[in-house]
Amino acid sequence: MAEGAMNGSTGAPVETDAVIVGAGPVGLFAVFELGLLDIKAHVVDILDKPGGQCAELYPEKPIYDIPGLPIVTGQELTDRLMTQIKPFGATFHLGHRVDALERLGEGRFRLVTDAGTQFLTKVVVIAAGGGSFTPKRPPLAGIEAYEGKSVFYSVRRIEDFRGKDVLIVGGGDSALDWVLNLQPVANRLTLLHRRDEFRGAPHSVEKMRSLVADKKMDLRIGQVTALHGDNGALSAATIRAKDGEVRIDCSRLLPFFGLTMKLGPVANWGLNLDENLIPVDTEKFQTSEAGIFAVGDINTYPGKLKLILSGFHEVALMAQAAYHIVYPGKKLLFQYTTSSSSLQKKLGVS
Amino acid sequence: MAKITFIQPDGTEQVVDAENGMTVMEAAKKNLVEGIEAECGGACACATCHVFVDEAWREKTGGPSEMEEDMLDFAFDVRPSSRLSCQIKVTDALDGLIVRVPEKQF
Ligand SMILES: Cc1cc2nc3c(=O)[nH]c(=O)nc-3n(C[C@H](O)[C@H](O)[C@H](O)COP(=O)(O)OP(=O)(O)OC[C@H]3O[C@@H](n4cnc5c(N)ncnc54)[C@H](O)[C@@H]3O)c2cc1C
Ligand code: FES
Repeated sequence: MAEGAMNGSTGAPVETDAVIVGAGPVGLFAVFELGLLDIKAHVVDILDKPGGQCAELYPEKPIYDIPGLPIVTGQELTDRLMTQIKPFGATFHLGHRVDALERLGEGRFRLVTDAGTQFLTKVVVIAAGGGSFTPKRPPLAGIEAYEGKSVFYSVRRIEDFRGKDVLIVGGGDSALDWVLNLQPVANRLTLLHRRDEFRGAPHSVEKMRSLVADKKMDLRIGQVTALHGDNGALSAATIRAKDGEVRIDCSRLLPFFGLTMKLGPVANWGLNLDENLIPVDTEKFQTSEAGIFAVGDINTYPGKLKLILSGFHEVALMAQAAYHIVYPGKKLLFQYTTSSSSLQKKLGVS
Repeated sequence: MAKITFIQPDGTEQVVDAENGMTVMEAAKKNLVEGIEAECGGACACATCHVFVDEAWREKTGGPSEMEEDMLDFAFDVRPSSRLSCQIKVTDALDGLIVRVPEKQF
């Protein structure tokens, strides 16, 4: 995520037929169904990889209810979907969150990402699942006041950390990568982890340990319990270690406690919501607004099941409706991939 | 079968019946115990089913596996008695089990 997040872009708007918000299994299969109908799509996901819940929450767990695949893991299903949609050449914008949706009138929409990328599109497919994966906020009293000023969940600009006393909390790759990247610019860097074992890549752990051995950074075993400072300017953190509580000076804190799913920006797009889900019809899987569709775990309708299988069905019907928006007045011929030479050409198999 | 007591941070107790083979997390969800979120549905992938096992029961439940220990890095206020409740299987031997729900899962 860190790398994608730093790829800011503020160029000309991207013009496209469809933007798919979310690269979970349902968003991915939407690329396929839209592609068969000649609808080009851009896919945006805040995660740095495709697959949504399957890739982030259970990559190694088996799924048993995908028709035709008696057993497949979350990661395998993602990989297979990526292979299946390859012919359609969708553009992926990973590590980016779609923040805003604007109606431009005349059936056009503008979507803007947190990196400033703009899309002008005729069709919006919201495949946001359980919401956008967001870094977990440690439940420390008053932490909100420091966020964006002294407490960060990702690094946008290394310069914000130059000459600072930086405290990084965590034991995985994100924590270790930023330890190694920020150690050269920080005044003093401390890594805090609850145990002296790290999940990160062995070579990162080794590098970190040698920096500690050379006294170029500090490693502490313990947990943060309180923050100190005022007006958003952090000055110290209290940590609970084996031998009691200690206070360490720091002006920057980077906590890495993994991700959680939060509805996020979708809530502010002016759509009808029913308990954080988007109501749709079951003919087109369209929201209350023409041109805006919602598929997969994010939608709701009588009888809805949050299954990948159901999401796949939904995108097939959604694509039919989207076709009439992208190609008004054109007739849509129903065809099978098995026997249609035109579909096979699109799939690159004939 | 086992009776499991969940104690909330404010001291409120809730006793639930759990069948053998289900997990302590599932017993909590089934009985709408507050503070057990279990976002990943028991895949040991979210650490939002964190509980503190009562001292008297720690030997019977045993400690976390390596995978669970890794996932506990994503929990807050981890203590020696910390477990992810989706990784504790209910057996007759756990009849009477007492666990505490943390102040916040995250
Ligand atoms: C442990 C577990 C086991 C499961 N087992 C099964 C099973 O056996 N069979 C089954 O059918 N289902 C199973 N499911 C459910 C299944 O994973 C979901 O139904 C499926 O992932 C939904 O797909 P989706 O594409 O709708 O959404 P998701 O997979 O949730 O993906 C949505 C994506 O949208 C992104 N996003 C949201 N908002 C934004 C935004 N504003 N900007 C950018 N990106 C955004 C998110 O980051 C996320 O990556 C399981 C779920 C879990 C947690
Ligand atoms: S339910 Fe997610 S780790 Fe237990």
